[in-house]
Order: sequence, then C-alpha cells, then structure tokens
Amino acid sequence: MNRVVITGAGTINALGHNVADTLEAMREGRCGIGALEFRDVDRLAIKIGGQVKGFEAEGHFNRQQMTLYDRFTQFTLMAAKEAMAQSGLEFHGELSAKAGVVLGTAGGGVSTWDANYRTVYEEGKNRVHPFVVPKLMNNAAASHVSMQYNLKGPSFTVSTACASSNHAMAQAFQMVRSGMSPAMLTGGSESMLCFGGVKAWEGLRVMSKDACRPFSANRNGMVQGEGAAIFVFEDYEHARARGAEILAEVVGFAMSSDATDIVMPSKMGAARAISGALQDARINPEQVCYINAHGTGTAANDKTECAAVADVFGPHADQLMISSTKAMHGHLIGGTGAVELLACIMALRDGVVAPTIGYQEFDPECALDIVPNEAREAPVEYALSNAFAFGGLNAVLALKKI
Amino acid sequence: MSIKDKVIDIIAEQAVLEPSDVSMDSTLESLGIDSLGLVESIFAIEEAFDITVPFNANEPEQSDFDISSVASIIAGIEALVAEQNA
Repeated sequence: MNRVVITGAGTINALGHNVADTLEAMREGRCGIGALEFRDVDRLAIKIGGQVKGFEAEGHFNRQQMTLYDRFTQFTLMAAKEAMAQSGLEFHGELSAKAGVVLGTAGGGVSTWDANYRTVYEEGKNRVHPFVVPKLMNNAAASHVSMQYNLKGPSFTVSTACASSNHAMAQAFQMVRSGMSPAMLTGGSESMLCFGGVKAWEGLRVMSKDACRPFSANRNGMVQGEGAAIFVFEDYEHARARGAEILAEVVGFAMSSDATDIVMPSKMGAARAISGALQDARINPEQVCYINAHGTGTAANDKTECAAVADVFGPHADQLMISSTKAMHGHLIGGTGAVELLACIMALRDGVVAPTIGYQEFDPECALDIVPNEAREAPVEYALSNAFAFGGLNAVLALKKI
Repeated sequence: MSIKDKVIDIIAEQAVLEPSDVSMDSTLESLGIDSLGLVESIFAIEEAFDITVPFNANEPEQSDFDISSVASIIAGIEALVAEQNA
C-alpha cells in the first residue's frame, strides 16, 4: 500500500476566496455568515447563510464557459486552479491516463434547476437554454476539471448528502493508496443558496434564523453555506521524487451506514465510522488530538456526535479537541467535508486548532473540549474529519502531520 | 433590422466573428460552430423571432430545417416567420 499525501489545496467559500484567507479567518474565529442576497429572499423564513460574496464569474471565465458552468462548477474550477498551482503537477502521458477527479456534491446545479423552473413555471415560457442539462448535472464540475487538467483516468461524482465530500475524498485516497493512480484531484462543491434551494431546507424545520452555534445549549439549527474545496492527493514517493511541498498525510478512512432512519443520526453508526477510521489508519485513540466535527448546530447531531466520540475514545475524549467550523462558513452540504479538511490541515501543519465560534451556553450532552470561540495553538499529530449525512451515511477521514 | 442581418448577427456571435466575416455560402462547420454551438444558435434564433425551429440534433438531414449553409438557414427562418405572421 502506498502512502498518500496532500500536495495542493484550493478553496472558495464564505470565509475567503483562497486557502490563505480562509485559514486566516479560521484562526481569527471570523464569521462568514450573513444576510442572504438573491432574488425573492424576502419570501423566505430563513434569510441568513454563508454566501460567497464578491465573486464574479466574469473575468475568470469566457462567455462560452459561463453559459456552461453552474455556480457549483465555477466554485470547483476556482478551487481546482489554486490546488493545481500549489501542487505544481501537470498531467501528461501515463500519469494523465491514470489520474482522475472524484468530487462530492449533494445538489449539483441547484440554481440552474431553480432559474429554469422559474422560467417555465412562473414566467410561463416554453423554451429553455440548450445547456440546461450539461450545466445542472451533478458530474458537470468533475467533468470540467477533467477537461481542464487532462485527467483521463477514473472520474466521477459522489452524492451522499452532507457526507459527499468525505466519501469522494475516501475514494480518491483509496485509489492512490492502492497504486491504481499516482495522483487524484478530489474534494467537493455546493451551491444551493438560491430561492428554491433554501425553501426546500426550510421545510424540514432544522434551520436557524439567527446563527449556527454548534454544541451550545441554546443552539437552534444549521445555517447553509456554499463554496468548494479541492485537493491534490498524491502518492508520497511520487510527491517526494519531484520535491513537492506536502501539506499533510491522509492515513485512513472508514464509512458506515446507520441503516435506521432517513434523517435522525445514530450514535452507533457514527461511532463505527470513527473507530473504523482509527483501525484503517492503524492508530490508537489516544494519538488523536483533534477532530473536525460534523457539528451542524442541530439539537440531534451535536449530542449524538459527542456521545459517539465519548464511546470511541473513552477517557481520552476529555483530552482531545473537537471543533465545528460550520459556525464560521456554514454547512456546505455536499462540499462541507472538503472545506473542513482545511481546518485539519491547519491543525496538523500550523499547530492551530480552529475554534467553534458562537458558543454561548454549556450543554451537558456536549461536554467535550469544543475549542470555544477562540483558536488554540497546540501540536496536533493526528486529526479526524467527521461527516454524517442525512440518510445515515457516514464517512470519517484520518490525517497525520508530516 | 432584417431577418437576414439578425440571423447573421446571432451566427457571428456564436462563431466569435464579425458579422462581415459571415457570408451567405458559409457553412456552420467552416465558421467553427460545433453541435453544441448549433443548438445554442437555434435557441437564440427562436428567442429572437419567437418561433419554434423544427430541428432534431439526432437527425439533422431529416429535419424540415436545412442547416447546410447560412443562406439555407436564413431562408428557413424567413419561411417560419412568414408562416407565423400568416
């Protein structure tokens, strides 16, 4: 089995349009959540989100590209560009034939669906633009990345709701670890912040109207975000041979399914994914210093997640740090695990643990060190990243400092 | 603007050319317009004239709409617009 390292990272999200700005915001505990700005927002009950502001497709893409790229694809390509530039990799010949891109998204081109349904239903038009289908399909972003960077190996999109990115990155990890490919692009993207996207979530009554406060006793729901993060996963020997900068090592992962309920999380399912990731990485629970929590800020998730961590880690659960960065960038749904992996890289590489901001009241059901409100300097040797999706599909990644 | 000039404008924009570079005997292929460019042009033409162009990308030869040259496209559109106004 090959060792797998991360040699490139890129992002665009509510905290920043690149990795440096995003990590600075995480260090400073800045909140990227604010008033939503789009058509018909006044008809929504939920009017806040972690929206990407100040980003215009013009200038980054030509006219033909803009007619083909939904916002989730635009985010993906912006993040991929940054990750590829950092990695210094170019795909030619045999490397190109073996390398691919595996991405997560839950909704794909939601705003394309939304805008065109509006055209035919609300405005009564009987004609839509011919690129509606290639623009909205869930694999559009992965396909455009493959075309942009000459990736001719395995490429596909994983859609497992809020665990999409972690499942996707787990696939890419497996491909590099097994020797199937020397390098893979991976991560995820989401852009559901449009009228129909938020309206659908409102229906479930799990959204907060004011803030995302993970683990806080007065938490009242999740807040949606949008954006993307893309990484280059590369065989360690391949990366070393070309003198690439290595950000962190991916050492293990596990997936599990609750097989119980379509929305309610299960402590057992989450615990099996966490302990499975430790086993796969061949590490002891005591070696884990930091967990980037799923930490959605809903009543159900946060207490279930804390109970699962307590079960897996026993007394060590009180020693480790666990924070949810969703209070800063919002819940990016299918893209969330990718953006949250940046917090793990920051912990491992820089020794800075991102805080859980918005924390106000102690909850005895979430009695762990959740790194409240302020980032903390601490050496972190191993970190985990949790994602627990609606539908009971869980995916946990294990990373190591390098 | 005449139907001819409007259609040439739409085709030129799709081909990223000046309208003066589009001649009546140009083919879409010679202008560098691929299959996606063709359906996008037809969409733009339908929007501009509020007509429905009977074109199926699976069997362009079988369609009632002749796309073999700029001239044939313009003739087809003129006929559709006349039919609609009749």
